[in-house]
Amino acid sequence: MATAKRSARTLKVAPVLELKGMKKRYGGKLVLDGINLSLAEHEVVCLIGASGSGKSTLLRCADLLEPIDAGQISLEGERVAFEDRSADATRRRLGIVFQGFNLFPHLTVLENVVLAPRVALGFTPAAAERRAKELLKSLGLAEKAREYPDRLSGGQQQRVAIARALATEPKVLLLDEITSALDPVLVAEVLETLRSLALSGMTMLIATHEMAFAADVADRICYLEDGRLIEEGTPEKIFGAPRDPRTKEFLRRVRAISAPGAKRRAGTRVKRTVRAKR
Amino acid sequence: MTVATGSARKGLLVATLSTLVVAALVAYSIGSSPAWPEVQKAFFDGRYFSTSLPKVAGAFFINVQLFVLAELLILPIGLLIALARSITAPALAPLRIFATIYVDFFRGVPSILIIYVLGFGVPALQIDGIPKEPFFWALVTLVLIYSAYVSEVYRAGIESIHPSQERAARALGLTRVQALRYVVVPQAMRRVIPPLLNDFIGLQKDTALVSILGVVETFKQAQILKAASFNFTPLMTTALIFLIITIPMTRLVDRLAAKDRNAQLGGTR
Amino acid sequence: MSRGNARTAIGQPARMAVVLMAVAMFVAACGGSTASVSPSASADTSCAPESLALKTAGVLTLSTDNPAYSPWFQGGNEGAEVWIGDYNNDPVNGEGYEGAVAYAIAEKLGFTADKVTWIVTAFDQSFAPGDKTFDLFMNQVSIKADRAEAVDFSHGYYNAAQGIVTIEGSTIAGATSIADLKGAKLGTQIGTTSYDAILNVIAPDQEPAVFNTMDEAVAALQAGQIDGVVADVPTTFYMRDAQLDGGVIIGQLKGTGDGAEQFGVVLQKGSPLTACVNIAIDALKADGTLDALLLEWIGGSGSAPEIQ
Repeated sequence: MATAKRSARTLKVAPVLELKGMKKRYGGKLVLDGINLSLAEHEVVCLIGASGSGKSTLLRCADLLEPIDAGQISLEGERVAFEDRSADATRRRLGIVFQGFNLFPHLTVLENVVLAPRVALGFTPAAAERRAKELLKSLGLAEKAREYPDRLSGGQQQRVAIARALATEPKVLLLDEITSALDPVLVAEVLETLRSLALSGMTMLIATHEMAFAADVADRICYLEDGRLIEEGTPEKIFGAPRDPRTKEFLRRVRAISAPGAKRRAGTRVKRTVRAKR
Repeated sequence: MTVATGSARKGLLVATLSTLVVAALVAYSIGSSPAWPEVQKAFFDGRYFSTSLPKVAGAFFINVQLFVLAELLILPIGLLIALARSITAPALAPLRIFATIYVDFFRGVPSILIIYVLGFGVPALQIDGIPKEPFFWALVTLVLIYSAYVSEVYRAGIESIHPSQERAARALGLTRVQALRYVVVPQAMRRVIPPLLNDFIGLQKDTALVSILGVVETFKQAQILKAASFNFTPLMTTALIFLIITIPMTRLVDRLAAKDRNAQLGGTR
Repeated sequence: MSRGNARTAIGQPARMAVVLMAVAMFVAACGGSTASVSPSASADTSCAPESLALKTAGVLTLSTDNPAYSPWFQGGNEGAEVWIGDYNNDPVNGEGYEGAVAYAIAEKLGFTADKVTWIVTAFDQSFAPGDKTFDLFMNQVSIKADRAEAVDFSHGYYNAAQGIVTIEGSTIAGATSIADLKGAKLGTQIGTTSYDAILNVIAPDQEPAVFNTMDEAVAALQAGQIDGVVADVPTTFYMRDAQLDGGVIIGQLKGTGDGAEQFGVVLQKGSPLTACVNIAIDALKADGTLDALLLEWIGGSGSAPEIQ
């Protein structure tokens, strides 16, 4: 709430992830038009906006999966880029979870999570397996370890994807509409997982359509339209009193679809304890 | 085993009847042509069939050695060439270019020309240390040619793996090589088994090329018997032996392809 | 489970039908007829040129394969259309042993040189079923009982002795007996008496290399891929003198293991010409023409030592 926001401001720590003037073109079209966004440690920022607004592209570029045409990206204060020779190493410090899970179908759940620690971090098989099992346990998937992904429900697969992304102990977790492809019944369990992660202090940048969830968990909401960051602010500000007419229009359309009369009340947010800096 | 329903049973009956009718018509039209007895005696003589069978089957052992050894080399070499063609690092561009030229050349030139040049030409150079045995050069020819075809199969398989898989692997911090090795290629392997088997069947038949270099394998043995008796039946014997080997494999390919198709339709979520 | 049950069920009768047909073809063939008896013509009336059943009336169509090897055919192929190439020979000029014998037979049948044409026929084509395109085919073809079931052979016009040729420095260059050849890798052309000779008379430890043409056998010998080539004696002399670098004749074999083999003219099975050709060949033997031609084209080269 206000306390959390104040602490973030007064702590004045360097942002963990910073995007400055980020531009990206696909063909002739400008998909990202000068994005400025920074994420402090333990912050949870939710990106909202219509499809095609550039949320996914933003996350992919931030994860150095695609090159940018202008601007710069900094992780923990140092500039990083797609073209770096150490880009692979940088990607280990960033975790990303995709809408389509993208689990490796030829590997078991455990093998999916073990892969990066083993191969990219050089862990011994025993150490990698230990970490993987811990992660799966903390996400409630311990008994699925030996199964293949196609035997799991969508929600379970997505949680495996989260575990896999966490296996390299990333500084920031990027989440690209990870519940959009799920059966509505299964969405809740995944959101619950994200909620716990936020509570435990994970720094997260989440693109989502789940407004209630965003209002609940985010420290900050950013509204994107046509590749530009139109407005950002606390959930109360954005959902309760948006300034920009475009934000208002978007929220109006979203609310028309969602349950009528569901008003967000200030103060309903779960209290978060910020984990002490290590 | 599935139980045929009433309409499926009727369909089976109609299919059997119509097939037998067509077969009978074809047999009749061939059998009643005036030259048929002469052709039958020249191509389907039971006596020559039984006398040629042991010799032709015995010589087939050379073909077996050839295609087994060749396949053991073709599978890894084809994969290496396919990977060489997917290299993106600019410093290694010559490797990629070489691989592309290699594939274009060995898929483009008829196999029989290559075996003549390699099998007769290279030994004639009389360079010390280079083997002269025809079996060796037949093996080299088959490996060079089929690695080119097989590398294209691997390449198609690798490219058929959705790019999101490689992206997910890179996102975890794996290098491109690691992503190919642990995520893309293992998945591609399963997909390419039917087309690889098809190429294997082609390889088995092309072992007959070694006969040009003088080796008495099954095809040459059949030709020897044909020339000795002026009767073509031994060639039919050879054909039969090849069919006995390749038909089970063709059916296996069909079954694997169907299994893969079913898995793709029903399995993914 | 598999949803393709209807498809496989339909496939089964089709496969059954194909198998049944194949079996039927062989079974029917087993009950096939044996070789027909070659016709014996009475006197000369049926052998007069006007009454012969020829492919083209008034013209005797002779045939041989391409290339036409020396000393069976000889030289003069500038301007030839089919028998082209430096090592090829044109049968039309009537030189070489078979060339000369061909024209001698033609003359006995009543055809002068201008009434004779030559066409090319591949060895395999000469005995394939169906009507032949030639009247007579001459290509160093050995007369064999099995072969006589598919085609007509004339009486023999040449006794085929087999010789062995090698190159200097080969492991068998100094061989003087068959025993010396046991360890050798020998080679020859497919479909020749030479192949039978290797298997039956020499019986080496290694399987011989069998090539589609004698030229390829010679190439293999020159490259050191085989130790020696077995061919008709006159052909081995031609190889030594014209084709090989450092060629060496080892000797000739006695017989081919199946008794004396002879070259014969190949005709369509049951051809009415066969009897007439036989009369011609018998006449050429009786009046010494064959011996004279033998001496002219092959005689000088027949002096290879006989090895046992």
